[in-house]
Amino acid sequence: MKIKVIGVIALLLVIIGASCQSDQIEFKRYYSGGSLVYQQHCQNCHGDKGQGLSALIPPLTDSVYLKNNKAVLACFVKNGLKGKITVAARTFDDEMQADDIAPLEIAKVLTYVTNSFGNKMGTVTLQQVQDDLKNCK
Amino acid sequence: MRKLWIGIIILMLFNACKSNTKTTLPILGYKTPVTKTVDGKMVTDTEYATIPSFKFVNQYADTITQKNLDGKIYVADFFFTTCPSICPVMHRNMLNVYKEFKDDDNFRIISHTIDPKYDTVPVLKRYADKLGIAGNTWWLLHGEKDDTYKIAKSYLQSVSEKNPKGEYIHDGFFILIDKQKRLRGTYEGTDPAEVTKLIADIKTLKAEPDQIAAK
Repeated sequence: MKIKVIGVIALLLVIIGASCQSDQIEFKRYYSGGSLVYQQHCQNCHGDKGQGLSALIPPLTDSVYLKNNKAVLACFVKNGLKGKITVAARTFDDEMQADDIAPLEIAKVLTYVTNSFGNKMGTVTLQQVQDDLKNCK
Repeated sequence: MRKLWIGIIILMLFNACKSNTKTTLPILGYKTPVTKTVDGKMVTDTEYATIPSFKFVNQYADTITQKNLDGKIYVADFFFTTCPSICPVMHRNMLNVYKEFKDDDNFRIISHTIDPKYDTVPVLKRYADKLGIAGNTWWLLHGEKDDTYKIAKSYLQSVSEKNPKGEYIHDGFFILIDKQKRLRGTYEGTDPAEVTKLIADIKTLKAEPDQIAAK
């Protein structure tokens, strides 16, 4: 009996461990791929440290802004952004160009951005991006 | 005693290295030999390429000509405010140059817009404000497209009209010009290391005897 219980617990631990590990692997894959997408599509404007540029280009370091806008970040990347926004207690109203990259690339780059520059929001999956893109205004 | 000798030799080596460090920058661009008569003697001198005269308008709507840069060392670049590619990087790096020399009245930065149709004077002023630059250290220059494209060539830069993808083509270089309006250096404006070198080179240039003497 005791052996059976121990066996079940051990099996559970192995399963949890394995699933954690695959989450970790998935995160790393998204994150490292995302850093390349970031360099190619975002870094010129937003900077290598996500610092932005003065009052022209907003920084990507405002975790609260990113959290509050989590569901529309994919739309920002795909369709661009116009109009006034407040980031890091500052107002920005210049235009960000649309960048029609694949949903998987959006997922990767958002995973990178939301887990770099002092942000820590976990993996943004392809499924999430596809769902979010359906609700773009 | 032997140790002392080794010490002296090492010291001498160090000093030899020191005196080898460069204290002047090269002069770039085309050179033409010019024969002149000086004091009744024929002298052949080298004439270096210089920036020709020009007339543009800055972000304050002031007319800027080559005369406004007389007696000044300056850095030039080409950009446009809606540039999605390399311009933000260039001007993020140029801000470091601006911060370093903004209190020096014998130094200027000029950025020519290559999209004068969109980048009107008010647009340039707004960009300057948002970039966080004030005063007269850094001028954003508006002019006829032909004039801008023509002067770009003097700075060894190539700029061109929109390509089929709707983008302007331009080099991302920062060009260092001395008080005699000669080209003294070109730096990749998108590379922070090159821009750090530019700042060091400006200091070297400022210390050259014929720069100190020039008015």
